[in-house]
Amino acid sequence: MRQLIIIGSGPAGYTAAIYAARANLAPLLIASSVEAGGELMKTTEVENYPGFAEGIQGPELMLAMQAQAERFGTEIILDDVTGLELEGEVKRVTLGNGDVHEALTVIFATGSAYRKLGIEDETRLSGHGVSWCATCDGFFFRQKTIAVVGGGDSAMEEATFLTKFADKVYVIHRKDTLRASKTMQDRALSDPKIEFLWNKEVAHIYGDDLVTGIGVVDVTDASESTIELSGLFVAIGADPRTHLVHGQLDLTAEGTIAVDGRTSRTNIAGVFAAGDVIDPTYRQAVTAAASGTVAALDAEHYLAGLSKALVDSAVQQPVGASA
Amino acid sequence: MSTAHDVTDATFADEVLNSQDTIMVDFWAEWCGPCRAVSPILDAIAAENVGKIKIVKLNVDDNPQTAMKYQITSIPAMYVFKGGEVVKKVIGAKPKPALESDLAEFLA
Repeated sequence: MRQLIIIGSGPAGYTAAIYAARANLAPLLIASSVEAGGELMKTTEVENYPGFAEGIQGPELMLAMQAQAERFGTEIILDDVTGLELEGEVKRVTLGNGDVHEALTVIFATGSAYRKLGIEDETRLSGHGVSWCATCDGFFFRQKTIAVVGGGDSAMEEATFLTKFADKVYVIHRKDTLRASKTMQDRALSDPKIEFLWNKEVAHIYGDDLVTGIGVVDVTDASESTIELSGLFVAIGADPRTHLVHGQLDLTAEGTIAVDGRTSRTNIAGVFAAGDVIDPTYRQAVTAAASGTVAALDAEHYLAGLSKALVDSAVQQPVGASA
Repeated sequence: MSTAHDVTDATFADEVLNSQDTIMVDFWAEWCGPCRAVSPILDAIAAENVGKIKIVKLNVDDNPQTAMKYQITSIPAMYVFKGGEVVKKVIGAKPKPALESDLAEFLA
């Protein structure tokens, strides 16, 4: 049995690991089999994470966080959590390969998943012209006409990034104002390859083997029109990944895991949550990292309050720790 | 690195289309993070299913003709070939149980 298991490998998970490892909690971090590193693995320039005046590539930042966590003794497993038993003194975490790991505390930092439009043919044409990752798939739309759906920073970043490849990028937003930061808005609004379609929603996606076009509906007058294009990038926000804790942890009205005030404490003693899975509002790498710190410190405080015998039974030598 | 064999635009017909075996082509690229993540999972599936399915890799940067022929627009893309035809398409990195489920008919 261990002192702490961290579930999640984004900024929240790794920052929690760094603090926990340095507090000699010998954390085990479950990083996911194919999505280790979280959402920043799918972006290019990260210009707003403090400490990088020239910006840093998303994957580079995550690899650096991982290295930092490992330096102080975090053990990382690249597998998926398939089951959780959170009640009681000893928490049990079941992985995809069948292994069960036990710990006195768990930090849940699984982030959020890209939201789908929820329209017909979206799943069928996923990977055949419908995408949620501009950096992954933009390459395949060189000199084509494509569209990005959304009005936040992600949508603006994706649209601007895609102008490197596409000849024309529509930004389709169901309102007439953007949620995005001023800097990102201005960049997109002034780009000659980007055309904004305001007050529009995507109602249909056309194409047999590949996307050939979309049907959009105007939300103000219900008029419809068709746009010929080869690619549709959906950037309309994300849903917290809470399915593993349904029925165990309390959720908020926004679907995030409920925590006590500014702490990371959930409704179950010894279970803490951090990052985008608790934050429906800010959802930045740096706010996630900060919340990872909070979770590690809360876990440490909780462990300090347990009986010495119980903690002693879980104390392990850190793996590969440096002085 | 991956244990899977590389195929190219030049060798595709011989090694994949004209093969008697069931062959899964893993379309990938250096800059594709999810491709790197799924690669060891594919190696494991290949190792556990010798004789049922063979897995080869095609780098889309180096081999644009084949990538374009099969209309690859998102990677990783794993296409299963049998008798020169595409019989199954799996798009996107997935955990091992999900991939095994997608490929169940070939792994039986």
